[in-house]
Order: sequence, then structure tokens, then C-alpha cells
Amino acid sequence: MAENQRILVCAGTGCASSGANKLISALEAEIKLQGLEETVSIVGTGCQGFCEKGPTIVIEKHQVLYTSVTVDDIAEIVASDIIKDERVERLLLIDQVTQKPVAKLSEIRFFAKQKRIVLQNCGIIDPQKIEEYTDRKGYLALQKALKEMSPDEVLEEVKKSGLRGRGGAGFPTGLKWGFCRGAAGDKKYVICNADEGDPGAFMDRSVLEGDPHSVIEGMLIGAYAIGADEGYVYCRAEYPMAIKHLEIAIGQAEEAGYLGKNILGSGFNFNLNVFAGAGAFVCGEETALMASIEGKRGMPRVRPPFPAVKGLWGKPTNINNVETWSNIPHILRNGSEWYAQMGTEKSKGTKIFALTGKVNNTGLVEVPMGTTLREIIFDIGGGVQNGKAFKAVQIGGPSGGCMPEEMLDTSVDYDSLAKAGAMVGSGGLVIMDETTCMVDIARFFLSFTTKESCGKCTPCREGTKRMYEILDRITKGEGKIEDIDTLENLAHAIKETSLCGLGQTAPNPILATIKYFRHEFEAHIIDHKCPAHACSALLSYSIDAEKCKGCGLCAKNCPTTCITGEKKKPYVIKEDDCIKCGTCIDKCKFDAVIRA
Amino acid sequence: MEWFTLTIDGRQVSVLKGTTVLEACRMNDIPIPTLCHDPELTPAGACRLCVVQIEGMRNLPPSCVTQVAQGMVVETQNPKVRSARKTILELLLANHPLDCMTCQKMGNCSLAEYAYEYGATGELYKGEQRDLPVDDGNPFILRDQNKCISCGKCIKACTEIQGKSILDFSFRGFDTQVGPAFNLPYHESACDFCGSCVSVCPVGALVEKKMIGKGRAWEVTKVQTTCPFCGVGCNFDLNVNDGKVIGVTSNPNAPVNGKALCVKGRFGMDMIYSPNRLTTPLIRKDGVLVPASWDEALDLVATKLGEIKKDYGPNSIAALSCAHCTNEENYLMQKFMRAVIGTNNIDHCART
Repeated sequence: MAENQRILVCAGTGCASSGANKLISALEAEIKLQGLEETVSIVGTGCQGFCEKGPTIVIEKHQVLYTSVTVDDIAEIVASDIIKDERVERLLLIDQVTQKPVAKLSEIRFFAKQKRIVLQNCGIIDPQKIEEYTDRKGYLALQKALKEMSPDEVLEEVKKSGLRGRGGAGFPTGLKWGFCRGAAGDKKYVICNADEGDPGAFMDRSVLEGDPHSVIEGMLIGAYAIGADEGYVYCRAEYPMAIKHLEIAIGQAEEAGYLGKNILGSGFNFNLNVFAGAGAFVCGEETALMASIEGKRGMPRVRPPFPAVKGLWGKPTNINNVETWSNIPHILRNGSEWYAQMGTEKSKGTKIFALTGKVNNTGLVEVPMGTTLREIIFDIGGGVQNGKAFKAVQIGGPSGGCMPEEMLDTSVDYDSLAKAGAMVGSGGLVIMDETTCMVDIARFFLSFTTKESCGKCTPCREGTKRMYEILDRITKGEGKIEDIDTLENLAHAIKETSLCGLGQTAPNPILATIKYFRHEFEAHIIDHKCPAHACSALLSYSIDAEKCKGCGLCAKNCPTTCITGEKKKPYVIKEDDCIKCGTCIDKCKFDAVIRA
Repeated sequence: MEWFTLTIDGRQVSVLKGTTVLEACRMNDIPIPTLCHDPELTPAGACRLCVVQIEGMRNLPPSCVTQVAQGMVVETQNPKVRSARKTILELLLANHPLDCMTCQKMGNCSLAEYAYEYGATGELYKGEQRDLPVDDGNPFILRDQNKCISCGKCIKACTEIQGKSILDFSFRGFDTQVGPAFNLPYHESACDFCGSCVSVCPVGALVEKKMIGKGRAWEVTKVQTTCPFCGVGCNFDLNVNDGKVIGVTSNPNAPVNGKALCVKGRFGMDMIYSPNRLTTPLIRKDGVLVPASWDEALDLVATKLGEIKKDYGPNSIAALSCAHCTNEENYLMQKFMRAVIGTNNIDHCART
């Protein structure tokens, strides 16, 4: 019979969009129906991480994960697992190697190699309830800081931990705090950069949605160490759930006396505001972000003066991103030595990655720094979808680079990745397989940076556009061999002369793809072929007369009239009229259509 | 005062702490190309044409916003720097109409000057070009956004010198435009047509409309003069071609006003050739205004004022003097009214 226990339903954005909220209603109804509402509670949690198999449910008592759950499965889960203590086998994850269902969460390969520090509450607690956070040692770090430590001691502890900024550049956090603490001024600000905008990245979103108090606590500790009494969380408006959870959390923290005046009787005051961004990627750049909060156009300005000296409203300001702030309570609570044990010599702690693209286990992953790309993609991510061959991994978003197979044993830390021509970035990992064209990928990232350039400095405003145009020409088979040199020269000039990080890193996807996949550029330009068969302008379709049975299915489904023939005789594609949509190849049952 | 010694292109120079690398170069006659820099405006660091190489610094820092440091080693002309500048010029030219033959700015265009120096043609990165409407709705300023290089100087001049803040950037990236709010044309915005924006535009995006077609930069003689419109004493350059004033441009060395002018001073000088302009005193005789000599006119005024004062008293006379006059002239006018006529009935048009 059921005893006091919790059913954790992932209600993060991914699972919510595949029906998690309906599951919660159905579960509540079923629990009530079975008369179990006194003993069983349903918790809508933040992201549990295994987005690929969402919506997911965890039966906390047995640490069982049910995947791809639908409303129709609810009655069985309650009847079997909750009441009879028997697992619903058909909803368990099938292990990719053994092909057997896995009953325990800890035995799932996706989780086994992870080390969840920042994400330790995510997917477990109800992010809308402060007591669930405090029950798991929440705000103890703040109490320790305020009651037992001086601001300098807090600063020293963060310095010793070796924590580096998780926003991408990897600047030592303690050092950054020290600059702001040392800056002259009676009013100082701390800001949380939650303007996560890289395509395929959802780390910060998940932390804010799933464990908002950890960010607030981190900011409180930082503000205490720096001497700030006001803070902003700059969160992109595209994250409504993150903003909602954050606002709820701020209200609860104020009520509980963690925010406001004379916090925990220490004399320390701190107010926290949420500011919703207006949708510009460049506002993730700190000076543009501050301009945006001030109500100005989100454009970066020249540094120095650095924000630590002259930041928001001209006052000393310290900006860190969500994940960085979220690390702070753990460092304070467990000590810098504990933290510094994790990771590599120069990159301490863990890093969260958003694993997306052509990978089996799309999801949210936290690993110790120094884990290799291969471990993340193959051991945790379960390798490439549909048994296709791995081609590349894009790391660091539009500012990062594409790493080929031979670089997979690169350790994921700030220095190794920089050496390899990529960057840790904020944590997006996009997996590409043999069907991905690398020229097209570079073109995609440039189309993104071209749109997101603020337009202030010449190289970024004009240069990203021209790089995009050249790449676009190449994917259409209109490239010239000298285009590769032109691209490389332009890329270097833009990197060296752009004002902010956006322009300085926008050429990285091009330089990395040329470095590792030059042959693909050459194939497009010289042979007018796309080796991945992805660039439609370079494809040609024909019908293998020997394989064609003359069924006419291709002609029937062709949206133009370019396929002709008589029944039971080989059909023919008239190439001039073909729009290269690929319908014929999908419809043919005899593999008779050739795409080249 | 702290002095720093730095090496620029192998030359040792000493400048005050707080000086930018660009200023240090210009003080020492080392040329650096700039498009968005103006000593009267806050620095933007936007055009990136002034990049230099500085030992120990990553990338190529813009000299206009980089402050000098003791022992700094700067290179301003090495191949890497020149190549980066050429790339920036090529990028600007690729999105700029090459109609220099008919452009009013020809001969005075910074972009053309640097393109010539660096051999940039606009061919290298040819692609999409803007095709925006030309703002032709006002009588003073012709605004061709297709020629704009987004240096932002007009925005800063409007905000920082004139205090009007009519202009700002809109849209993003390649689609960035400069203009009044809601993309209104100048004449529908709150613009006063002071023309400060025109005075700082380095290219042909903003030009004095009335000067179009009236003379090339090299044909024009600039004659510094004081504006006759009011007593402030602004200085500007009359642009004279073939003995005729074709317009007015700012003179950055003007002691009172710098580059700032008002709409009358900058755009009102065509009054010189107005057929309505009075060039001699007129006396109404039998209901018709007849030209007269100054002696004749002054005698008449003196006689009449004397008679009125005698018959009706000094307070029957009042004088209104004009803002066209200088302070000294206005002083004389009130002195004349008080001491000669004997009344306090004196006022001034600028007071109303």
C-alpha cells in the first residue's frame, strides 16, 4: 500500500509543450479517485533533463523514471507502481546497449556519467515553493555568509574555488567580484545575465525555471561580498516560465526575509528586480544589457570603463550569468576545496550543456569540467540518431566552432577548447551527422549573427552580411575558388576589428568549418556537389531504369510535372523542371530514385 | 600632471596621461583615418577605421578610445593594420552608391579620401545594397540614407551639441538606419534644421540642399565671417564660388559657436540675393516709397522725432530694436531713447 511519497512530473518547457500539465491534472484526478491524496503528492518540477523522452515522470521513492508518458498511462502508473509497488515496464527506458528496460534512475546511462551540482534540485523540487528549496539546504549558504563570514572572506572563498564565468568567456568570478568590490562608489549593482540566446541552448532557462532560488541566493551572496544593495535579473522575454518562477521566488524570498532590508538581522539590504529583455541577442553582451535596462537601444559600448567601475546607471556593477550565480551557494556551503576538486587544473567545477541536434538523448546534461566531448555525446547522449555517422559537434553557439570526429577526445574545459579553435561558450552542443552540410551550417550561423548584429560597428554590420552572402553563393553552387580565401581574410579582419564579442566571434563557425571541412567547401565550388546532399540547389534527381517498376507513384506525388512515363515502364525526371523537393525519393518503394 | 612616453611607429612621443592614442598620433602629425571620431563629440569607437596595433593587446584596438599607457608600443601603418582598414573601407563601399561624379560631397568626402588612399574600390564584397527613399521633403537638408555609413556623428551632434535628440539608430545589423523617430522625414519630425547633423556628416548622406550643383568643394573659397542675423556673433564660412555666396558651412574654429549654428545662420544666407531685400532707405512720398540717400532719410527722421517730442512729449515716442543688431548697437539704441529722446519706451524683439 502506498505510503507518503512524491511523484515528480517534469514541467520544464520541453515537457510542458508535450503535455506535462495535462499529466499533472490527470495524476491529481487519479490520486483523488484512488483516495490517495493524503499520502501521495504530485510535484510539477523543472527540467529533469531527459528532454528526448519527455514528458518524463519520476517516482521518487523508487527512483524510477517513466518516459514518454501520456494521459492514458496515468491510471496504470498509479494502479501498478503506487498501489501495488510494481513497475510499469513498458514505460521504462530501454537501454540502448542491452536493449532491456532500466528500472533505476541511477542505472540510466544518460544520468550515470553526470555530476549534478547546479542541477541538483532541478527536476526534483517544486520551483514555485520556497520550502522545497530550504528543505534541501537552500539559503543555508546565505546564512553562513551573513552570520559567519565577512564580505572579504566570501570573496576569498569564491576566488579559491577557481570558479570561472559560465557565460562563455570564462573570466575568474572571484577576480571579477574583487574589481567591483574595490571600485569607488556608494551604490553598486549586481546583475544576472539570463539573456540566453544561442540557438540550441537552454541551460539557464532550465535553472531559472527549475531552481530559481539558487540564482537568487547566489546573487545575494555576491551582493554581500561586493557591497551591492540592488540587483537585476535580465531575462529574455521569450522565457515566460522562467520570469514567472523567478517573480514567484522573489516574492517568497522577500516574505521569508531573505530579500529586502536587514536580511536575517545582519544589516545587509538587497532588492532584486526582474527585467524582461526585448529580444535582441546582442543584449547578452554586458554593456548592451545595461543599456537595455537603462531604456536605451541595446548596443554595446567601448570598454573601458568596465562595468565594475562604471556600469548600470554609471555605478559599479558586477554581471554574471545564471549558471555562475547558481554555483555560488554550493561553493559557500561545501567550501572552495570541495569545489576545486572537481574539474581540471584551470577549469574547476561542472558545466551544464544543452545537448541537441542529431543526438539520441536530447537533453540537459551536467558534467565535471574535463569530460571529453566523446563521453558527453556518446556515453551520455547515446550517440547519433538513426545509426548515422557522426560528423561534427557545434560547441559554443554562433561564437563557437564545429569540431570533427578527430577532435572528440578534446577535454571540455576553457583552455583545451580555445586551443582547438572553439570555446566552452554558454553550453550549447549541437550534434551533426553525415547528412549535415558544413557549408550550410556555417551559412546558418552567419544568417543568425547577421540578423542579430546591432549595427554599431562597421565590420560586424557589413562584414557578417558579406560572409553570409558568400556562403549562400557557395551552397547554391555559385561559389568561386577564391571565395575561401576571401572568407578567411574577411573573417580575420572582422575578428580583429569588431567592437564587441558578437562581432569578434561571429566568424568562428566559418573559420572552424574551413579548417576542418575545407573539402566540403571545395566540393561545392569545384564539383558543384554537396557531399551531404543537403544543399538543394546542388542536387540532381534521376531514376534508375533498372530498379524502376513503373508504378507511377513518383509522378503522381510530384508537385510539378517533371516526372513522366508510362505504367510498367521506367519513368524519367526532366531535370529542368525539377524543384528538388525530394518527394519522389520519399515515395518510391523500390529505391529507384537517385539523388546525387 | 603625469606624462607618459610611448613609441608610435618607432618614434618616441610624450603625452599627458588620459590622452587617447589617436590624439597622441595627431599631436605628432601621425595620420590616422577616422570616420566616426569628432573631438567635439563623445567617442563611439564605431567605424573601426582608426585601428592600430598595440603590443600586448589582443586584436586591433581602435585608437580613438584607447588611452595611452607608459611604454606603450603602437604601430599605425603596418601591413596588418592597413589591410584591416582596407577591409573596413571595402565593406563600407560595398554598401554605398558610387555616384561620386554627381555627389555634392565629392572633394570633401572622408570615405572617398580614404578609399583613394587605401585603394578600396567596393568591388571585393559586392552584394545586396540598401535602396531607401531619399528624404527630400524640406528646403534645407537633403538626406540620402543610402550613403549613410552609420558613423553616428549626426546623432551625437543632435543630442550632445544641439540637445534636441531628434536622431537615433533604428533597425539592426545590415538594416540599421539613422533618422528621426518612427522613420519620419525631417520636416515631419521636431527637427529645427540647425544643420548640426550636416556639419558632422563625413559622407554625402546629409548635404546642404541649396548648395547642390552650385560648386565643387575645390571651386569654393571659404570666407570666415560673423553671422549678421543676431547679436550672438556666431562665426561661419561663407562658401563663395565665382564671386557668389552659394551657402554656409560650419567653421570648427569659430570661437563663439564651434560648429553649431541655427537655421537662419546656416540656411538663411540666400537672403543676400533676395529681390525683396532693401538696399537703400525708402521715403514715402505721395503714398509711394521712393529711394532716398541716407542723409535725406536720417534728416527726415530727426526732424519728425524732434517735432513729435516738442508737440506731444518724449513719452509719445517708443522704439523697438532688433535682434539683427549687436549688443553694442542695442545699447546705443536704448541710450539714444533715454538720453536724447528722454523716455523709457524702449523694447527689443528678442524679449517678446
